[in-house]
Amino acid sequence: MTIEIPEQPGSSRPAVTPGKQSKLAFLWSSLLHSWTGMTGFIIILLLLFLSLFGQWIAPFDPMHAEFSKKLLPPMTDGHLLGTDQLGRDILSRMIAGARISVIIGVMTVLIAGTFGTVVGIVSGYFRGWLDVVLMRIVDVQLSFPFILLVLVINAIIGTGLKNIILSLAIGGWVIFARVVRSEVLALREKEFITASVATGVPRIQILFKHILPNLFTPIIILSSLQIATYIIAEASVSFLGFGVQPPNPAWGNMLSEGKDYIFSSWWLITFPGVAIMITALGVNFFGDWLRDTLDPELKGE
Amino acid sequence: MLDFVIKRVIQVGIVVLLALTVVFFLIRLSGDPTPLFLPPDAPREQIDEYRSKLGFDRPLLVQYGEFMKNAVQGDFGNSLRSKEDALGMVLQRLPATFQLAISALVLSLLISIPLGVLSAFKRNSIFDRIAVALTVIGQAIPSFWFGLLLIFIFAAQLKVLPSGGGGSIVHMILPTLTLAAYSIARFTRFTRSTMLDVLRKDFIRTAKASGVPTPRLIARYALKNSLIPIITLVALDLGTLLGGAVITEVVFSWPGIGRLLLQSLLNRDFPIVLAGVFIIALIYAVINFVADLLYAFVNPQIRVR
Repeated sequence: MTIEIPEQPGSSRPAVTPGKQSKLAFLWSSLLHSWTGMTGFIIILLLLFLSLFGQWIAPFDPMHAEFSKKLLPPMTDGHLLGTDQLGRDILSRMIAGARISVIIGVMTVLIAGTFGTVVGIVSGYFRGWLDVVLMRIVDVQLSFPFILLVLVINAIIGTGLKNIILSLAIGGWVIFARVVRSEVLALREKEFITASVATGVPRIQILFKHILPNLFTPIIILSSLQIATYIIAEASVSFLGFGVQPPNPAWGNMLSEGKDYIFSSWWLITFPGVAIMITALGVNFFGDWLRDTLDPELKGE
Repeated sequence: MLDFVIKRVIQVGIVVLLALTVVFFLIRLSGDPTPLFLPPDAPREQIDEYRSKLGFDRPLLVQYGEFMKNAVQGDFGNSLRSKEDALGMVLQRLPATFQLAISALVLSLLISIPLGVLSAFKRNSIFDRIAVALTVIGQAIPSFWFGLLLIFIFAAQLKVLPSGGGGSIVHMILPTLTLAAYSIARFTRFTRSTMLDVLRKDFIRTAKASGVPTPRLIARYALKNSLIPIITLVALDLGTLLGGAVITEVVFSWPGIGRLLLQSLLNRDFPIVLAGVFIIALIYAVINFVADLLYAFVNPQIRVR
């Protein structure tokens, strides 16, 4: 898909008129003007590509162990990034790990985001005693370190992909609830809402026609920024021995297994960490750009 | 002010009790704890006998009441492994964690505030750009990986520092750096943006125009007015520091509360887990409480509300 952007002297942004096409064009031109946003976008595309088609790109089977080839340094025997303590190809495992990270990031945001949004709307729109109770719960949960909460919950409910996603979602929904609630509270006071209320439009209809569409932007921005948090948290929890379990090639797992060979084989603890860092950087760059573009008021916060 | 304090103290209590409640029910719902008290090959009858002896066959709510009654008196039972008092074991590890967290906090403040101030003053200079780039990267590096890199460089390659363990000042260097890295990045970025805001204000321009020397301008006018938001952020981040301490302790085998908590989670040694959650929630809540007090103290507007 290519979109022609007309050059506009004196203005870095084309005028925005309503309509999907022009909004996409506006986003695209803004992306072209931001090198961090573009870098983030490319990293995200690469991650998505690897997680969809990685199994065909990977030079070796990520789970195939071959003891005669263990701990080969990078660039030997066709193993670009070397092999691990069981002789598995590191590059192939990292590609498979990208898929795990993407699944965890996206699924957690979907679950935590949906649940948090519902709570935020109920709290902010309908208020009353439910609002008081829900926000107390949010306060209590926010008063415990996120990473510890995820760790303890995951250790208790059990490890594995599904449970780490659940643990992250249990730890993460409160941020969505709080942000959505404050957005709803601000929207309620806007004139187009108070006018609808005054003319007798039913509350449910106002909710779906006016409130929900206006929550879209803040939720998208928050989601994009939270994904990096979830990916790093999953890597940390997997590194500590919970989360995704061996022999699955999650990046945190690979680092956990590699740390026993830190004195002899540097490549085991290097490459998966670089992958986590680049992913977090890319997602954050993209999220920051999205926030600055869609919600200029928040710029520089 | 007194109302405010009392209200917040009650809130601290509620937070800690709720944290315990949630973890208690999560643990009970995750399975019958009785077999954990016995050797793995214990016969069925012995498990049943133990279950009623330990009271795990009673209704959940009764057990919960019992647990809470003991917990508020500081009795979390004994470790399933070592049979020592669970709370005692946690408290014994507390000084090591504090030592690590406080030294990391001091280090990050010593580095980040001057760095942020300079960065803001020399805006868009090479120095500023490098500083900003470092803070962005610093916030994207998972702390456990940064710790591994430090071990690799200073312990494995240069062989100048130990890779783990506790006891001496030398053992503290790498864990402190690891734990401080994220805070340094965050505080620097925040100090810089706060200073930039303040530097735009009229009174700075007036002071500059009337010939106040730069060092004095920074210290007396600009920095002083940036301190409130900085203090708030630092206080809010102490909890993150505490969470990070747990991971750092594991990477460096530091004998603190975090490593104990992780070992207990791996062993399913739940009395220690509950005691650990209790202490961490309590510390976290008290830190937030002190931060609020501090904030109300430096910013009288809060007190009025």
